[in-house]
Amino acid sequence: MKPITACKIGCEGVIVRIRAKEPIKGRLFSLGLAKGSHVKILDHTLAKQTWEIESDGTKIALREEEAASIFIDEKGCAA
Amino acid sequence: MKKIRVALAGQPNVGKSSIINSITGARLHVGNFSGVTVEKKEVFIERGGYEIEIIDLPGIYSLNAYTPEEHVAKRYLYEEDYDLIVNVVDANTLSRNLIFTMQLMDMQKKMILVVNMIDEVEKQGGRVDKAKLEELLGIPVILTSAKEHRGVDEIVDQIIATYESDKPKNKLYYDQRIEEQIDRIVKVLHKSPHFKDPEYSRFIALRLLDRDEYIYKIIHDLPIFIELHELLGKIYRELELEYDEESTSDILSDERYALSKALVMEALKKPQVRVSLTDRLDRLLIHPVFGLPIFLFFMWLLFQLTFEVGSIPMDLIDAAFTEISNVIKATLPDGAVQSVLADGVVPAVGSIIMFLPNILILFLGINLLEQTGYMARTAFLLDGFMKKFGLQGKAFIPLVSGFGCTVPAYMAARTLKNPTDRIITMLVLGFMSCSARLPVYVLLIGAFFPTAHAGNILFIIYLSGAILGLVVAKILRSVLFKGEPEPFVMEMPPYRFPSMKALGMELWIKARLFIKKAGTFIAGASMIIWFLSSYPHSGSIEQAYAKRIEAAQSAQIKRQLQNEMVSKELEHSYLGRIGKELEPLFAPLGFDWRMSVATVAGLAAKEVVVSTLATLYAVGDADERSNTLIQRLRENVTFKAAIAMIIIIMIYSPCVAAMSTFWAEVPQWVWRGFYLIYPNVLAWLMAFGIYRILGLMGY
Repeated sequence: MKPITACKIGCEGVIVRIRAKEPIKGRLFSLGLAKGSHVKILDHTLAKQTWEIESDGTKIALREEEAASIFIDEKGCAA
Repeated sequence: MKKIRVALAGQPNVGKSSIINSITGARLHVGNFSGVTVEKKEVFIERGGYEIEIIDLPGIYSLNAYTPEEHVAKRYLYEEDYDLIVNVVDANTLSRNLIFTMQLMDMQKKMILVVNMIDEVEKQGGRVDKAKLEELLGIPVILTSAKEHRGVDEIVDQIIATYESDKPKNKLYYDQRIEEQIDRIVKVLHKSPHFKDPEYSRFIALRLLDRDEYIYKIIHDLPIFIELHELLGKIYRELELEYDEESTSDILSDERYALSKALVMEALKKPQVRVSLTDRLDRLLIHPVFGLPIFLFFMWLLFQLTFEVGSIPMDLIDAAFTEISNVIKATLPDGAVQSVLADGVVPAVGSIIMFLPNILILFLGINLLEQTGYMARTAFLLDGFMKKFGLQGKAFIPLVSGFGCTVPAYMAARTLKNPTDRIITMLVLGFMSCSARLPVYVLLIGAFFPTAHAGNILFIIYLSGAILGLVVAKILRSVLFKGEPEPFVMEMPPYRFPSMKALGMELWIKARLFIKKAGTFIAGASMIIWFLSSYPHSGSIEQAYAKRIEAAQSAQIKRQLQNEMVSKELEHSYLGRIGKELEPLFAPLGFDWRMSVATVAGLAAKEVVVSTLATLYAVGDADERSNTLIQRLRENVTFKAAIAMIIIIMIYSPCVAAMSTFWAEVPQWVWRGFYLIYPNVLAWLMAFGIYRILGLMGY
């Protein structure tokens, strides 16, 4: 289990925990990010301040702080 | 005729508006939701003896509303009187959309599910099983593609059928442990006369489990509150312990999530996963290294096009209005009426209409950014950068909209939920030069810079406005509003080819508004300016010059004297006197009284600056060939004063319409007052500084 911000571009995994507080948690959820969601890390900006992930066809942009609150069990990447 | 009211609800980017636009025979009304400036689109359809009114609600991700727009949609769904809900979902992201659908189903209203963008799924080999979805959800399902006009008209028939039928059973069952707790809450609710309807009270119970503050406020004032409050506390603890979750709303979320996964598994044949066009474009457009330069290139290109392509029809329009002016002079008898039309209104309106092509190109560019989905990418690219200035990536969208028009940009700032983020963004929005300022820039650039550099100069003006905005935002954040900007979480919609119909429609609306403004407001303003510049007549000036002109030896001296007479008369006029009063204020910037008057007139609307200059510099000019405003400006205005004027236009208060929007959006008197003063003071100081520096450099 590690936060998204510790993953590399191209990593995939399943969300095991979201530590964000409400209302951010609710917002993440309504975008399809919940425990058990499969996510893929698509991109981040040069300084890793903003991250882009994909879950079930939805692409979501997150700031570093929010991305760091999402923990995944990664699989299939050699990070 | 029977009336049916329909609430059209759905998550953002599912294509609700394109569905509304493609329903045959619909009459569209656009207004605002009462009390707020959120746009309200209503559609009226008459069919089979029914009048159907569809209200297009703002996009809403979930009933746990977040942004002001979402609150508007939620309030409508909760409080308003409507007969049924049409819920639009995107076939591409069905499972996420169905979570919201389930929240809507909890409301126990008649409901139709519209699965849109079905063409995109099918093109990739996927399939949605309509019958299965209907069976599992218990509500009618329609598969549509607004783009291909598939299934859209079926919606209207289904609305009538659903309205006429008995309420379908659409009850959604949750886990047994949750259902038991719902029953416990419902039992208490039944003690109040407000909650006699079992289905409504089930909905209230569910929303209470979902920790909906809105519903909490409703029950707060009821006599059963104490009993309910105690019970809820107990239930929250029990469920959270049982499920090992932080909150009951998480439990419900997990439940809906699992249900939607199961539904999708049954009813959707997944398309093959392959690299989509969006993925390929994103790999380039939001590349960590190349993303920003590409974005800057797009912006530069837009301003180049605005200037280069926009300037092509300008001469034609100019010539046409000069011709109209000449025709008026030839047909009407000499006198005040001829003068007000030929020298006042027609040239002023013409000087504005000339810029219509530029403005349309700029709007087209901004609309394209928005409709293709690139705007969200820019927010992603710029969030880190914007954060340094105390703003957030999402603030970028209102800021760019500000290049089009400040009024909708203030409204676009509503996507920022945090009040501090919003107020800072709104306070610096005025520095994003709106399209109405474009004519002034184009005029001054045309007069004082070589044509080859015009596009670049324009780009620099817009860029420096944006940079100034960021710097001021940083200062505001660190001096007046301490604290972090709001979190940044946003959906990146897939790239879509913009609908030509929507683009054309949008441009047509803009063009119509612009022409209307030029024909009414600006024509009116120019008439006032003309009147103030033509009266009172001074007989003595005319007499004195008449003798000298008669005695003049050469045609050149004659013309010179004539011009001198006109300018003396202008100085004597009401406007001249006003200008003289204003002169001390603008003298340190090198402005003459005409520029001072034009600048102040620009507070009404920025286009008025150009028409005022046109009236003041071109009035009574006898020589046809030197009649263009540009030449007169070159003769009368210094380079450094022109730059100072550009800076003033760039920074000072936007037009009356924008100012009143700001007032409507910001309730605090402190900020209203601040907003009236600080841009003008800042504009003057910046213009003065640059004017001095240019003076020292020898300009």
